Amino acid sequence: MKLHSFHGGLHLPEHKSESTGAPIRTAAIPDRIILPLKQHIGAPAHLLVKPGDRVLKGQMLAAPAGRISAPIHAPTSGTVVEISEQQVPHPSGLSAPCIIIEPDGREEWTALPPPMTNWKELDAETLIERVRDCGIVGLGGATFPSSVKLEHRGQAIDTLIINGAECEPFITCDDMLMREQAGRIIEGISILKHILDINRCFIGIENNKPEAIEAMRNAAKNAGLQNTTIVPIPTLYPSGGEKQLIEILTGKQVPSHGIPANIGIVCHNVGTAHAIAEAVLEGKPLISRVVTVTGAGVNSPCNLRALIGTPIKSLVKAAGGANGQSTRLVYGGPMMGFSLRSNELPLTKGGNCLLLPSEEESPIPPRMTACIRCGKCAEVCPARLLPQQLYWYARAKDFDKVQDYHIHDCIECGCCSHVCPSHIPLVQFYRFAKTELWKKEQEKRKADHARTRHEARVARLERLAAERKAKLRQKKEALEKPARGKGKAAGGDDAKKAAIEAAMKRVAAKKAAAKEQQPEKGADN
Amino acid sequence: MSLPVYSSPHFGHSRNVTRVMTEVLVALAPAIIALWWYFGWGVIVNIVIATTAAVATEAAVLALRGRSLKPLTDLSAVVTAVLFAVSVPQLLPWWMTVLGMIFAILVVKQLYGGLGYNPFNPAMAAYVFLLISFPAEMSAWLPPAALNETPLSLGQTIAVIFTGDLPVNLTWDAITMATPLDVMRTELGQGAMISEIRNSPIWGDFGGIGREWVGNWILLGGLFMLWRRTITWHIPVSMLGAVVVFATAAWLAEPEAFPNPLFHVFSGGLLLGAFFIATDPVSATTTRKGQLIYGALIGLLVIIIRTWGNYPDAVAFAVLLMNMAAPTIDYYTQPRIYGEQEKQREP
Repeated sequence: MKLHSFHGGLHLPEHKSESTGAPIRTAAIPDRIILPLKQHIGAPAHLLVKPGDRVLKGQMLAAPAGRISAPIHAPTSGTVVEISEQQVPHPSGLSAPCIIIEPDGREEWTALPPPMTNWKELDAETLIERVRDCGIVGLGGATFPSSVKLEHRGQAIDTLIINGAECEPFITCDDMLMREQAGRIIEGISILKHILDINRCFIGIENNKPEAIEAMRNAAKNAGLQNTTIVPIPTLYPSGGEKQLIEILTGKQVPSHGIPANIGIVCHNVGTAHAIAEAVLEGKPLISRVVTVTGAGVNSPCNLRALIGTPIKSLVKAAGGANGQSTRLVYGGPMMGFSLRSNELPLTKGGNCLLLPSEEESPIPPRMTACIRCGKCAEVCPARLLPQQLYWYARAKDFDKVQDYHIHDCIECGCCSHVCPSHIPLVQFYRFAKTELWKKEQEKRKADHARTRHEARVARLERLAAERKAKLRQKKEALEKPARGKGKAAGGDDAKKAAIEAAMKRVAAKKAAAKEQQPEKGADN
Repeated sequence: MSLPVYSSPHFGHSRNVTRVMTEVLVALAPAIIALWWYFGWGVIVNIVIATTAAVATEAAVLALRGRSLKPLTDLSAVVTAVLFAVSVPQLLPWWMTVLGMIFAILVVKQLYGGLGYNPFNPAMAAYVFLLISFPAEMSAWLPPAALNETPLSLGQTIAVIFTGDLPVNLTWDAITMATPLDVMRTELGQGAMISEIRNSPIWGDFGGIGREWVGNWILLGGLFMLWRRTITWHIPVSMLGAVVVFATAAWLAEPEAFPNPLFHVFSGGLLLGAFFIATDPVSATTTRKGQLIYGALIGLLVIIIRTWGNYPDAVAFAVLLMNMAAPTIDYYTQPRIYGEQEKQREP
């Protein structure tokens, strides 16, 4: 199969072998489980339990709020002890509402929805609903609700791409999952193909994972999976970026500001395919995931299958404990992950890696110096942006220019920062600019809304004033007419007639006014 | 418990500015050695004076601006000084070198904000500043060793540079000589034919005798920088390419009135300009397409100014002119970003 290449990229030290020595182990149930209500892109889930409730393993604790949302399930049985704001793993370091469960250690399952072993006979809607009910989100790290990606919504889809590239150094959770659970992943892929009603499927895996490629090939052969190609791709960061992987495998580019569905492609991670298989075939919701705990700062780097909500310190302990060599605690990989303030934070659905790097692996960043416009950043940018221009304008807070230079096409892969000889934290500048733009957008929306309301109010008041005036005038006229009539010789009858007419007019005007006011009132509310 | 927070990526850096500048200095070494071999000690003395003046000026300005002296370690001032020193005549009076460096570092670099903010290449701006202010001294070139009957020792060179006094029995006219580019321009201007001009012993195989070989050593340094990826091929190739194309066209049309392209390439500052000056990232264009245009236009300007201008060489002028155009070129040559031209499928 002919492979294509994407612009730029970096050959990075891999650091994969540290954590691939042993099979995936199951982490112990912690003393305390912290479940943020928002572990996905979209609206936070809607709470279904209250403190003091006893919950069973797999029970839905929070329901999706709206289309782009995902439910949260109890990872084990126990008692809800608290529902409160807790610090969550997020670059902002902010707190968010969380359910805190004290496990009882009994692992009592709730009544799960029935397995759908006959999925081949079921329609897409039923299967998508199962995926949604099981709280499955993109496990590659982006955590977009998977069910939303499976709804066609009028787009013609012809290709499914399964992302097993795992291009970021240190992370090996997908590699290990493919080695050990290739059969399940292939089942998940078959289900995905059935839901999307397509034939063509590519599974992209970086060629530094020969064991995973082998395992997946065998599993695909055993399952008799047709029209599905397992494609070893060159090891080049960030080949696992959705847009980059699509370009490598198909030569097509996802339109700027668009989604893969715009070019007929749907992309899912191997971990997601595995979770979908479990949801459909066993009715199991997403309550655990594989996470790599690695870096020279932990004693025995490994991969753990851990319950969502397990505090990070328990995971580090399960990996032999920290040895004090680490300069920081990174949630995610070394290129795109963010460092955490505390190890009390929980593992969330998107957490693929915990990295405790040594000073040698992650040096304390040196002071930035002036940009010398060497252009290395543009050379390695997979989005073909001009990072030094973006930096220039982001730093000057010239947000219009930042948009002209396509800030929203930046995938924050970190290649530019890595090669910058002036050690400028470029990605940090872009995040800042994106946040500012987002804030401005919000403010503008608010201001627009307020203005529309204000204008509507002014118009309404003006109209009411005009109506009142008109009424007054009518009244006046009606009063004046009979007065004039009285002055004339013969006038008694005329005056009576006029008075009746005026009264009728008044009633008509009142009716008309009432009619006009009604819908307007509705609109105002 | 609060852990330290850093911004991603958490993976260190593969390069730093000091290393980039060091690579440029290493790449200049062969050229310096060649200049010393053919023209004597002047270039070494000039490098010492220029570097001292440039670093002192930079330190003084940083102190005046209340900045840390850390930027001195980036070696950018040293690179400016060395580039300037290899571009000027070997016996340039010391105070002119100092003046040039003060102009380069203070006016051209620091007044604009320091490294990274200067719109012009400081070394070339200083060169042009001196050339316009002191045309005689800036044209007093020593002849190459092959033609020099009275080479100056290191002590004599230092004495000349610092006191202006020549050793007894020597006059300026005796020890200096017009450069091949100057000879070519002057004599062509007087209506001579190139075959006549080239009868003089100052000529080598294609350029000035001795001088023509310095170019090879500069080229060697340039190839080193390409290999180290300190620079990319775009600017040198398009600049030299343009010179060769335009010079060849003129030469083929009228070989007696226009010198051959090799003469152009191996004379004056062209190779130094193509690999070391025009590629200065701060003042050049940054987009790939832009770099091709930028280099080609410098090449074209070099030929135009050498042929019809008032000065024998043109690299410094051409580079400064194109420095001005760089931001505009960058603006109009932005690359097509990922996904930009793809049409969205109709639903």
